[in-house]
Amino acid sequence: MSVGLQSMETDVVVLGAGPAGLAAAVSARSAGARVLLVEREDRVGGILKQCVHDGFGLEKFRERLTGPEYALREADAFRASGASLLTEAYVTSATRSGDSSFLLDCVSPRGVAQVRARALVMATGCRERTDRQVFIHGDRPAGIFTAGLAQYMVNVQGLLPGRRAVILGSGDIGLIMARRLTLEGVKVEGVYEIKSEPSGLARNVRQCLEDFGIPLYLSTTVTSVRGRRRVEGVTVAAVDGRSRPIPGTERELACDTLILSVGLIPENELAVSLGVPLDGATRGPRVDQNMHTLADGVFACGNAVHVNDLADYVSESGRVAGGAAAAWALGGPQARDLTPLRAGPGFLYAVPQFVDVLSGERGSVFFRSNATVAAGARVSLGAMKDDDRRELAAKTYPVLRPPELERLVLPPELPSGADSYILDMERMDGGGNDA
Amino acid sequence: MPETLNLTCIVCPRGCRLTVVKDGDAVSVSGHACPRGEAYGRQEAVCPLRSLTTTVRADGGARPRLAVRSSADLPLSRLLDAMAALDGVVVRAPVRAGDVVARDILGLGVDMLATDNLEEARHE
Ligand SMILES: Cc1cc2nc3c(=O)[nH]c(=O)nc-3n(C[C@H](O)[C@H](O)[C@H](O)COP(=O)(O)OP(=O)(O)OC[C@H]3O[C@@H](n4cnc5c(N)ncnc54)[C@H](O)[C@@H]3O)c2cc1C
Ligand code: SF4
Repeated sequence: MSVGLQSMETDVVVLGAGPAGLAAAVSARSAGARVLLVEREDRVGGILKQCVHDGFGLEKFRERLTGPEYALREADAFRASGASLLTEAYVTSATRSGDSSFLLDCVSPRGVAQVRARALVMATGCRERTDRQVFIHGDRPAGIFTAGLAQYMVNVQGLLPGRRAVILGSGDIGLIMARRLTLEGVKVEGVYEIKSEPSGLARNVRQCLEDFGIPLYLSTTVTSVRGRRRVEGVTVAAVDGRSRPIPGTERELACDTLILSVGLIPENELAVSLGVPLDGATRGPRVDQNMHTLADGVFACGNAVHVNDLADYVSESGRVAGGAAAAWALGGPQARDLTPLRAGPGFLYAVPQFVDVLSGERGSVFFRSNATVAAGARVSLGAMKDDDRRELAAKTYPVLRPPELERLVLPPELPSGADSYILDMERMDGGGNDA
Repeated sequence: MPETLNLTCIVCPRGCRLTVVKDGDAVSVSGHACPRGEAYGRQEAVCPLRSLTTTVRADGGARPRLAVRSSADLPLSRLLDAMAALDGVVVRAPVRAGDVVARDILGLGVDMLATDNLEEARHE
């Protein structure tokens, strides 16, 4: 279903039709808001459309779905919701108009539309780090691809990036592509990871590399690329504890393809243009438990907020953001009382970064540890008042690993009047934090 | 001589570290947090099974490839053979997710099913 292109008014505009945006649109619509979902591609589903492997939806649907199957279910729920959709549409600018609405310029093949909305939900996903953000010497010939681009080529376009590939970085998409390329007959020489631990999930190391005998080299990186027009080979070297190549450990590898799986960055250009403050650790907007950013009326969800490893969590954040955006749009701006939630030592980050103590929604704190805690840890949330810490919730985790996002459910009642909330980690082996 | 396998359970994202001890026909599994992990560990000791997800060529569709999956798990050792068998498969759009794309591959009693919809190409 499409809408005509004149200037139009709605309650909630959701940007991006991946799993986050689809869930946000459905939940805003079911809360009674008029909803417009804007997507730049010609189909909804976001990045899931190219993730043909399975493992999605174990939490939400209790089934092992492929990416396209997960996206189809979310798209069906979206169609049934009665929300409007604009595809092949790009929002070029967003500005505030008064204190209770936004004006968006929306360009599509059918022309330019101006959309007025009372609340915005940013569900724009993430983008991949590229070779410009990685330190490699040498030429920049053809044959260097990000893992997601290689995934798009193989799974959507039916093209092989090359015949002999080296993968730099052990992020999940790189691991998935090592398997995918091997199945398609490409020789994958190995996966090279600069850190001392894989950055993808253990299950992907097992089922994507070990199953196919693809070697994983830790504390090793690609130091230079050779080749004039096309990649002809790369040099790899072991690194020391500070990620510096160790002289004398260089090895030359012949390959025609270098695949980069070196991280994802939340996509927030439009949010930033609206003055939404970002978190240095997540690179996404700082949000409260309603996925409300620090800019009133601007909500965010999914990988635009922080890079999730499960689509299920992405959908959940979309549901929360959509419901809260509808309440804001329909009920008018409401007072917020934001108390900061900080992650103590041992964590990479925690989301949300604030708790709105005036809001009924409680939700969960999602966090990542900054190093593997093999002995397990007890993670607790405390309310700080002056120098007193009062424990509100706690859970023991048998192991914590940076690639695995963990969740601590917030208690139904949070005391007001706290100066801040803090997430703390007590390691079971009694060890301190070495990071 | 008992044989010990240390492996990561791949059934769910939790990724429990399993220890599987095989002593003749007796297999014991430890380290699993749920029964599915135990079943997985036992199967790994006998014959590892994996799902196969890939794409096949599509004619007349809005896109050139169609995403597919196996209706059940296949022996890990046969995945590359199954890929070779799928090489010649071409579907014709339109296709709906769930449609059978190839039957009984390699005689293993497993079908390949579409996992996405593929509409016919729009004629401009
Ligand atoms: C290449 C890649 C592969 C991945 N593989 C996996 C995987 O195998 N398993 C897994 O669980 N997770 C994977 N992820 C993480 C995955 O992104 C999440 O699981 C989930 O799809 C994120 O959902 P999302 O809705 O936040 O973002 P996305 O699915 O990325 O959706 C964002 C949508 O917003 C649209 N958009 C962006 N900017 C604009 C704009 N300005 N205007 C209009 N539309 C816009 C995009 O076109 C896209 O459709 C992968 C991520 C990437 C980048
Ligand atoms: S043992 Fe159970 S909980 Fe652990 S990874 Fe396997 S399926 Fe998941």
